[in-house]
Formats: sequence, C-alpha cells, structure tokens
Amino acid sequence: MADEVIYRSDHVLEYPFVRSVGPVIGAFLTGLRDGRVVGTRGSGGRVIVPPTEYDPETGEETSGVVEVGPEGTVTSWSWVPRPRPKHPLQTPFAWVLVRFDGADTSFLHVLPAAGPDEVSTGMRVRPEFAPEDERVGHVKDISHFVATGGAS
Amino acid sequence: MSEREPVTMMDAATRLDYEFTAGVAMSKNLHGYEQGKFIGQRCPKCKKVYVPSRGSCPTDGLPTDEIVELPNTGTVTTYCVVNVPFAGQSIEIPYICGQILLDGANLSFMGLLQEIPIDEVRMGLRVEAVWVPPEELGPTLASVKYFRPNGEPDADYETYKEYL
Repeated sequence: MADEVIYRSDHVLEYPFVRSVGPVIGAFLTGLRDGRVVGTRGSGGRVIVPPTEYDPETGEETSGVVEVGPEGTVTSWSWVPRPRPKHPLQTPFAWVLVRFDGADTSFLHVLPAAGPDEVSTGMRVRPEFAPEDERVGHVKDISHFVATGGAS
Repeated sequence: MSEREPVTMMDAATRLDYEFTAGVAMSKNLHGYEQGKFIGQRCPKCKKVYVPSRGSCPTDGLPTDEIVELPNTGTVTTYCVVNVPFAGQSIEIPYICGQILLDGANLSFMGLLQEIPIDEVRMGLRVEAVWVPPEELGPTLASVKYFRPNGEPDADYETYKEYL
C-alpha cells in the first residue's frame, strides 16, 4: 500500500441560472434598485421584510407594498473575523439581522466593523446603497449596513 | 419612483469550486485507465465485481478489497441516441451513449459507441474498448476513446437482463 496513488482533481460546478422573481419579491428588488426598502403586509397587519407571497405563520396571502426604514435596529448578529472568499465582504464583518423601522420581521445583511465590540443587539443602523448606476435589482444593491450612532 | 421597468428577473448564477479526492478504490480504477486497463473490485460475500468500485459493496456493506482486472470486451445492455445539442457538448451529434457491461463485471457504466451506424446499435451488441494512444493515457475514463462492435454474435438477453 506504500506506493498507493490517491488521485485528486479540481472541479467546478456552475449553473448560469436566471430566475423570475414574481410580483412580490419583484417589488422588493425594484425598490432596492430605486434605493428604497419595501415589504408587504401579512396577517393581522404584520409588515414582512423582505416580503413573501404568503404569511409564513398563517399561510394567508400577503397584500400591498409597504415602504419601511431606511433605518433599522439590529436584532441579532454574528461576527466573522476571517471572511471566506465568497463572503460579500473581504474585511471582518458581522452578519446582522436588521428590523427596519416599520417592519415586524428581520432582514439579513452585513455590517463591516473594526471588531465585534462595535456591534451590538439593539444598535441603530442604516443601509448603504451601491451607486445608483450599479444597482440592478438584487440584495447586493445594498452594499452593507452602517451604524447611525444611536441605540434603541 | 423609478421610470424604469419593474424588476422581474434576477441573475442567480451558482458556482461551486471544489477538490475531488478519488479515494483508494476509485484511484485504483483511475490508475488502471492510465495503464489501459479496466480495474474493478469484488465483494467477498456476493462475489459481484464492481467497475468502477466505490470501495464497498452496496448490497453487503463489506469492503471490496479484492482487485479484479477486467477484459476489454463487454455487452451493450441499453443505449441512447443523443440528437439534442447542449452547452458543453464535445461530440458531434447524433451519437450513441451505451451502458457497457464488461465481461465478468456486475455493474455497467456509460460509454461512447462508434464505428457502427446509429440504426444498427442494439441491446446485446458485443463491443470492445478502443483506447487512446499510449502517450495519451491518463487517470481518466477519457482514456477509453470509445467502444466499437467486436464482431461477436449478440449476447443472450439472459446474460444481461439483470443489469438494465
């Protein structure tokens, strides 16, 4: 077994998918492209951001387009000291769940910071949008979140 | 509000870069291709010969340690005529993909069939492997250029019906 050869090779699996987004996520992505954050209204008037076509708790159809934010509150976060190659940022950052003002659910995005001491649950943040001519209707139209300096 | 059209589509390209490690059993099989040989493994209990082998018998769950060299000949158990072009296609259509059951093997694998008119391909056709020139052999099934009829009478259905 000493002369055993174990083969290895590099593989790439790639699919160039383009997906249709539907009217509800379409409205959300259109909003991001236009520099706004919108959600939809679910059962009992809850505002769901990012919007879903059906209320995730009751299964009822959601309705309407509701603008929220742009500021929000961090409800939870996780620190990433060493970003991986495919992470949205290549400098240390926090994954943050942000509840936009006027929303009842949280939205996942990134918040770059010098260290985890700069991030806390309850901190006030706002989205930093990509330049208008670079926005295409994608979650990356928000480049990242930044602290506004306040706390809730 | 934007004057542009609403967003209806989204690029959702997905890409996975990874390193594949063949492992002991598959590496023996790949090393065989490098030498122009089909290398399989036999289950100690059911005696089935797997080529390529994953290193264990899927029926008995036992390591398939016994190495078996298989001959260059086999039977087409079933086949498919490919008429539809697709991205990344490297062979001119129409062509035939056959499931090849090597003599002495209990597992078939896919192989390209050539040197036969498409309308003459059939189940039970006896074939032999045509290898690339020795200097082009490598640890890949691409070392087998294709399979072609070897002139023997068709195999009896009973000999391969378990492998369809």
